[in-house]
Formats: sequence, structure tokens, C-alpha cells
Amino acid sequence: MPFQESVAPERNLLQVDSLTLAFGGVQALGGVSFSVAAGSITSVIGPNGAGKTSLFNTISGFYRPASGSIRFEGRDITRLPPPKRAALGIARSFQNIALFRGMTVLDNIKLGRHCHLRTNVFDALLYFGRARREELQLRAEIEERVIDFLEIDHIRHAPVAALPYGLQKRVEMARALAMRPKIVLLDEPVAGMNREETEDMARFILDLRAEWDVTVLMVEHDMGMVMELSDHVVVLNFGQVIARGTPEQVQNDPEVIRAYLGSGRIDALRARLAGGEPAEPAEQAKQPA
Amino acid sequence: MNFDWLFLFEISLAGLGTGALYALTGLAFVTIYKATRVVNLAIGEMLMIGAYVFFAFAAGLALPVWLSIVAAIVAGGVLGALVERTMIRPMLGESPISVFMVTVGLGSILVGLVELIWTADPRRLPEFLPNDPIFLGEAYVSPKVFYGFCVAALLIAAMLLVFRFWRGGVALRATASDQAAAYSMGIDVPRVFSLSWIVAGMIAAIAGIVVGAIGGISSTMGIFGLTVLVVVIFGGLDSIAGALVGGLFIGLVEAWAGAYLGGEYKVLAVFVLLVLILMVRPYGLFGTHEIERL
Repeated sequence: MPFQESVAPERNLLQVDSLTLAFGGVQALGGVSFSVAAGSITSVIGPNGAGKTSLFNTISGFYRPASGSIRFEGRDITRLPPPKRAALGIARSFQNIALFRGMTVLDNIKLGRHCHLRTNVFDALLYFGRARREELQLRAEIEERVIDFLEIDHIRHAPVAALPYGLQKRVEMARALAMRPKIVLLDEPVAGMNREETEDMARFILDLRAEWDVTVLMVEHDMGMVMELSDHVVVLNFGQVIARGTPEQVQNDPEVIRAYLGSGRIDALRARLAGGEPAEPAEQAKQPA
Repeated sequence: MNFDWLFLFEISLAGLGTGALYALTGLAFVTIYKATRVVNLAIGEMLMIGAYVFFAFAAGLALPVWLSIVAAIVAGGVLGALVERTMIRPMLGESPISVFMVTVGLGSILVGLVELIWTADPRRLPEFLPNDPIFLGEAYVSPKVFYGFCVAALLIAAMLLVFRFWRGGVALRATASDQAAAYSMGIDVPRVFSLSWIVAGMIAAIAGIVVGAIGGISSTMGIFGLTVLVVVIFGGLDSIAGALVGGLFIGLVEAWAGAYLGGEYKVLAVFVLLVLILMVRPYGLFGTHEIERL
């Protein structure tokens, strides 16, 4: 089912509006707008350096945008520091795995609940019962669900640094899930994975929505996976949205093809080499979804 | 000639006493380094400020000792918070060498401050530790060193418990491990930074009071920090266990060198040890290998 821009505002979990971000003279994002419908899997694609990770870092609060706004559940979170965003229900994974090395899988996952634990030092001293109950409930919840879901029961007590790459990615996802987020931002969830690991991860992402009621926003280079999983695809190039729509619409968008291949077609390239203007290839006009 | 075992034992006890203070100050250093990756060369001077604030309250204003201790600890915490906020936070993202140089400058400023207010003359802290001689078996231990050891040991134990069981300690460990990940998971990283400096400032103040009570205070007592630097390099900059083992060991070596080779060999022995350790284990006994990822 296609999620269009025309979806009513309350159905948009996350809304990014004309976001600009610059590092010195380099403009990383130049007026990026898009929205993520609640319950959807939305992908952001684009060539290297298009601004995808900058966009993620701005959404999770690491970068302050120069202008524009980010709304989450209708609330403006543009100026909120990252920990507050985490508490609101925005979780993320990182392109280069960012696990707490030197801790076990379980410790990492437990830290995912950190943002929701209300007990402070004095509570912990005075109301030992409450802290204990919270801890037990936390443990039960995590052990029952997250670990089972991501099938990492066998490595629960293993130090994360010793795990193979694919499993580390899975632990990172488990940690994000332990935050009980409303949306997870996955930065290249299958980068560097073999086919089997990629298929596993694709299944987990689909189940995220089905079983956990979590909206997914991901950056990914694996086009096969993006096209298969996504409800909605946003294409970035040079910090700007050049296309968005269903996977089919995006796949056939001439702008997108040009961004990825430099030129849409070999005969257009030949024509340009021959000195003629590159004609808009007619057969690449948008196909109906 | 018969070897005097009792003498060795007494020397070793004295060495452990000093070593415990090295360990305590090393703990303050490691706390800052773990959380913020800042090598704080001014730790000795922060310790000195604690001692002088105690001196100002206890001797200058003639307040009760316990109140002066509390005041000095609070002042140490405030100093830590101020330094973090005004000098270290703005340096975030700068090269480690620049931040390191800022702490070197901070050390000079603190020394200057002390000399302006209290002059460079050495002073004695008011006596507040019990002065009865203490014997462990047959061995005599200086009471000040003994109580200093007890204070350091208690404080270290308390800190270890805090790091282990308080969630703030968990937040610190997470921040030390991966700042970006910790930040995105709801851990308030800037607050962890502040807290680590505050805690380090408070520990340094306590260490300063004890060091001052044993050896008197002066504007050059920040030199103590230099030996602490050796301790933490020896143990590994980011290792609490390393600071403890390193502190006690350096204390022992220093005492042995002082007793058997002569006082002038103390510093030499310590730094020879440092060179040896750096040649064998450049990241210290328990420090993490920094793995460069390309």
C-alpha cells in the first residue's frame, strides 16, 4: 500500500521540513523535506555523500540544522537534545557498529532501557524495592522479547567485541529495540553482510513492524532489499530530495537513474558525446505504480 | 650481616600508605580520562587547591575540622565543574594535544592563584588525625600515613561500588565505550562529562587534605600529580584497577628506593620504571589497546 505525501498529518510519525545543514561552506542538506508515515518502512537512498547520514544525525539530534524543522508525533523536536529524543521513542543504529565494547550482549541490551528508567540515586537508596521491581520487570521484558525476537539467546553472555559482524549488527538492533522506540533509524543495516545475513536482517526488519509496531526509517545501499521492503523511498542527491514515492516510481524516475549512473542511458551519453543535447528518453517517463 | 626484615616491612607499609594516596588521585585522573578522554595534567594542582581551601577554612577561619573538610570537598567539586564548563567543554572536538595543553595551563593558573592568595611559603595544616603511634605486630607505622591509607582505601572502595552499581556509573562506562551510541540511547553525555570532573575534583580535594596533613602544603605540592601521572600510565590511562595496582606499586618502589638507595633515587627509580613499562606495554598494565580502524 503506497504512502503518499498526501497522507493526513496525524498519520505522519516523523515529518522533516525544509531542513538545511552546512559544515563551513559545504552544504550537507539543502532544504530536505519528507515524511514518514506511522507503521511504514521508509528508505532513504542516494549516492555516497548525498547527505543520508547527515540527515540521520540531524534527526537523532547530533547536528543542529541551520533552518527547517523536525516534527515527531506532531511535536517540534528540532531543538531537543538527543537524550530527550531517545526518551520520546526515537532509536537508531549506526553505520559503523557502535556497541559498548567490553560489555556483554546483555549489558548492551540493558543499556537500551536506560532512557526510560526513572529511578535516580536517591530513589535507589531509599526505595530499594521499587528499583528492584523495575530491574526485574526490565529484565523479564528484555529477555523474553528482544533476545528471542532477534535469536541471540545463545550469545547472551558473550562479550560483544568477540562476535562476528552480522551478530554485532543484530545486537545493535536489539539494543535499539530495548528502548521500546516508536521509530528506529537504521543506518545501513546490512552493509558488509553476506547474503544469508542480509536475508535474516530483512526478515527482522519486516517483523519489526509486524510484531513490534515500530516504524522503520533506513538508509541502505542494497537496492534489492530497499525495493523489496520499503513502502516509501526518498532519494537524496547533493543534499536534496530528487525523488520520492513507491519503490516502482522511484526505480523508474529518470532523475534517480541519472543520479546513480551519471547519465540515464547509453544512447543519451552517445548523443552528448556526439555534441547533441541529451534528449529526455521517452520510455523512462514515470510508469503508473 | 643479617638482613633487617622488620625494617623492610616498615618501609613497605609506609610505601603502601603513600601508594594508596597515589591510587586515590589516580582514580580521579582515570575518572576524567575514561569519561572525556582528557589527559588532565592539572590533577596535582586540583589536589593542592583542595588542601589550601581546607587550610583557609580550618586555620584561617578557625572552623571545625569536619566542616572544613566538607567545604574543601565542595570547593573541589565546584572547581571541577567550572573547569569542565569553561575550559574543557569549548575544546570539544579539538585535538587531544590542545586539550592537554589547556590542562597544563590550568595547572599554572592554579599555582599562581595559590601563590597570590597564600604566598609560596610552605605551611602546615592543623593537626586533626590522631597522633598515637600505631604498631602492626612489631612494625611501627606513622599514624598519619596509617589513617591516610584508611581514608584512601575507604574512598576507593566506595567509588568502586558506585561505578559498579549506580546507574550513573553504568552511564559513565557506556560513555567511555562509545559516546555517540551513549548519546543516542538517552544518556546525557554532557552531564556525564560534568559529573566526572566534579567527582574527580572532589576526590582530588580529599587526597589533597590527606597529603597536606602528612607532608604540609606548599605551592609546589602539585608535583605529587607528576608521580600520579606515572601511576596511571603504568596502570593504563583508562583502567581503574590499573590506577589501584599502579598506585600501590609505585608507592612501594619509591619507598624502597628511598630507603636502600637514598632519598635522591626515589624519583629516578619511579621514572626508570615508567620507561621500562612504556617499552614493554605502551598502553599500561591494564589499559585498553587502542585499535586504529581504517
